[in-house]
Amino acid sequence: MSTTTDERPTTTVEPSRGQRFTGWAANYVDERTSISGLVKELGRKIFPDHWSFMLGEVALYSFIVILLSGTFMTFFFQASMVPVLYDGSYVPLKGIEMSAAMASTLDLSFDIRGGLLMRQVHHWAALLFVASIGLHMLRIFFTGAFRKPREINWLIGFVLFVLAMAEGFTGYSLPDDLLSGNGLRIIDGLIKGVPIVGTWISYLLFGGEFPGEDVVGRFYTLHILLLPAILVAALGVHMLLLIINKHTQFAGPGRTNDNVVGVPIMPVFAAKAGGFFFIIFGVIVLIASLFQINPIWTYGPYDPSPVSAGTQPDWYIGFADGALRLVPPGWELELGPYTLSLNVFIPTLVLVLFLAVVALYPFVEAWITGDKREHHIADRPRNAPTRTAIGAAGVTFYAMLWAAASSDLIATHFRLTIEGVIHACQFLLIVGPIIAYVVTKRVCLALQKKDREIALHGYESGRIVRLPGGEYIEVHEQLDEYERWKLVSYEDYKPLMLRPNAQGKITAGERLRSRASSWFFEDRIAPVTKTEIEKSHGDH
Amino acid sequence: MANDHDGTNPRAGTTVEKYRDDNLPGPGTGVVASDAVENPGFEPFRARVSDLDPAKARANERRVSGLFFVSIIGSVFAIAAYIAFPIVDGDPGSIRLNNLLLGLGIALALLAIGIGAVHWSKSLMDGHDLVEQRHGTRGTEATRQKAIEVFELGNKESGFGRRTLIRNTLIGALVVSPLPAVVLFRDLAPAENPVPLLQQTMWKKGTRLTRDPSGTPIKASEVTLGSAFHVIPEGLEESEHKLEEKAKAAVLLMRLKPEDLHVSAGREDWNYDGIVAYSKICTHVGCPVALYEQQTHHLLCPCHQSQFDITQEAKVIFGPAKRPLPQLPITVDSEGYLVAQSDFTEPVGPSFWERKL
Repeated sequence: MSTTTDERPTTTVEPSRGQRFTGWAANYVDERTSISGLVKELGRKIFPDHWSFMLGEVALYSFIVILLSGTFMTFFFQASMVPVLYDGSYVPLKGIEMSAAMASTLDLSFDIRGGLLMRQVHHWAALLFVASIGLHMLRIFFTGAFRKPREINWLIGFVLFVLAMAEGFTGYSLPDDLLSGNGLRIIDGLIKGVPIVGTWISYLLFGGEFPGEDVVGRFYTLHILLLPAILVAALGVHMLLLIINKHTQFAGPGRTNDNVVGVPIMPVFAAKAGGFFFIIFGVIVLIASLFQINPIWTYGPYDPSPVSAGTQPDWYIGFADGALRLVPPGWELELGPYTLSLNVFIPTLVLVLFLAVVALYPFVEAWITGDKREHHIADRPRNAPTRTAIGAAGVTFYAMLWAAASSDLIATHFRLTIEGVIHACQFLLIVGPIIAYVVTKRVCLALQKKDREIALHGYESGRIVRLPGGEYIEVHEQLDEYERWKLVSYEDYKPLMLRPNAQGKITAGERLRSRASSWFFEDRIAPVTKTEIEKSHGDH
Repeated sequence: MANDHDGTNPRAGTTVEKYRDDNLPGPGTGVVASDAVENPGFEPFRARVSDLDPAKARANERRVSGLFFVSIIGSVFAIAAYIAFPIVDGDPGSIRLNNLLLGLGIALALLAIGIGAVHWSKSLMDGHDLVEQRHGTRGTEATRQKAIEVFELGNKESGFGRRTLIRNTLIGALVVSPLPAVVLFRDLAPAENPVPLLQQTMWKKGTRLTRDPSGTPIKASEVTLGSAFHVIPEGLEESEHKLEEKAKAAVLLMRLKPEDLHVSAGREDWNYDGIVAYSKICTHVGCPVALYEQQTHHLLCPCHQSQFDITQEAKVIFGPAKRPLPQLPITVDSEGYLVAQSDFTEPVGPSFWERKL
């Protein structure tokens, strides 16, 4: 805050020593950077408020926590697979041969004060990072905040999501313990399943045959240099576009597509968001001090032979692992001398396809609606029933893959057969999304009807009145106009009417678009109009 | 397909119209309602308790600064815990205590700052919502015109569009220039072809089967009915690429009743008196198939639940794997120790493109 001049004309008080210093410093910086322009532009920028806008913040702040704790760990970790004999404080592993990576991770955990805490902070923060990105994406999706002009930022966010998973996986592999080694073994199998080039990619990645002595060092470079550099750059553009596009807001009295209503960065948002960073950081440290995570010393160093039952990947890799588990038996072809592992390659393709649909959805919806306007009012999910139902179907699909990654634990915990659990997951992977789609769409439409009902006829007040004739009625109270506005202000679309183009033709693309459009909008519920409200008031 | 074109939006539902004739991007199939409910404008501001009652505001002030004070205590506590609860060699409890108290101190310090700042912003800072106007994201017509002029000038002054030979050779050069970088990565792996490596293991005729990890050889008489051994080839510990060899050569050894084994033609002498050896590396993606169900003679891969039936030469009976686990032909040597008759007769582990070459 600059206090170079006191603008109140009546005061002649000399500025205090502190004020003089701040003024001098502000002037010094501005004369060299022009930063006053930035402060003028951004200092009072408005941020709208809603609890769901916090999810992206959680992701951002947990990323900062990851950077801080990760940097600490790099001072102690040795990214080398050279075999050493462990000679640290953890007695059960003393004298055991393991890689320098594993040994240095154990030293960091057991011989450096706070080292274990930082490892656990890093790992918990990573889990939270991916989780909050996922929830943030769901929020964007279900409120339609990916619509013009934010499609590019959706793509950048998607890239961040993929990078976060890649960071998670490369980081998970670094300690070179039994569990992460098995994870790498699975990745090796996945890569080898890619037709034609798979064998060579695996060979190059591992610097020879699996496991080799190179992969930890290579993953380390990816994990702490290349991926974070791309991530930070993409994050910067993500934030920049957020500032340029300004944040979306939910419909509310006084809020329009042409304004932003909320609190200014200076001081309210800064205090809130800054405080929230400390809360996120504090919660992560609290979890890390109370709950153990990834105790590699109980797994031991990597060895291709042993594996323990019931091992689980970190949660965000679960969907990939589940996809591998759900493949029906026998999916492998032999094409002459070549082997095509469909049992490995098809799940990989399904995952890539699923992610591609996620990335491209905004463009598909924009094509269907043909809407070229900018949208800054976030939809309530019920007001876009088909989109919400598609989202629910996607979540269910992901959830089934995810559940399948724990098929063995589900079987042992609920005393089911492993075959039964797998078959149920396979069935639900296909049928679950359909059920979710239908149910969600119906629920959305029902909620819209309810909203209409309340907007037109008021809400049930719970007050029972006996009329002179002896009849009992429940009095309906009308909403005030502010509450009603939240129920009636939303975008409405009609199905596309198929018409020939200028050449008098109906193209196949337009036919498809028209079909998609009626799928989206044919059972739409139109927003309440002024006339309807006036009419309903007349009725009462 | 709705044909009820109600006229509220002449553009809705059309396919032919392009919106280039005006600068307002069109709504597509969006309905522009003429009869929409009007925005009622802002709600009147509701003052908070601390806006109305100075005593409450002072109480909040005390609370916020109290929290910041608690944060200082937390930081000091964390430093004290770092010193007062060191890690004692060989005492795992000391690690736990160090982790717990250091963490709690830091967490308290951070949470108190965070909660204090948020409380400050919500209870004491100005609570009025402010309004900022949005402007269309696209640049103004004038700006866009300027931008076009810049490009046109650039094109004109450089001759980029006119001197096509320069342009095309430049594009060609730029496309080719990253290729050396791609080639540079060839030496990520050794020069030799990976396929022969993947097709062989260190098992040879006469290699003894030894226990994993001790490396002691196994006598056929030690393998009792129903038992299972985790096996590595003799000499693995001394081999140069220990883990790589183990990742291919790990074997499970089991003894079944000879009449339980359904031996196919050509494999009659691969078992020794009901003792069979199978690759432990899953044919799906390469996890160790480490779980042996003694009663059913099934092997279960803990990673993706492929199941192999040992009585049917490790045929896949459930799960994503396709191929049976390769069998290692075994016999006994003159001293009664189990030895391999040869290497596996097919590549072990996950499938790969050139597997059958």
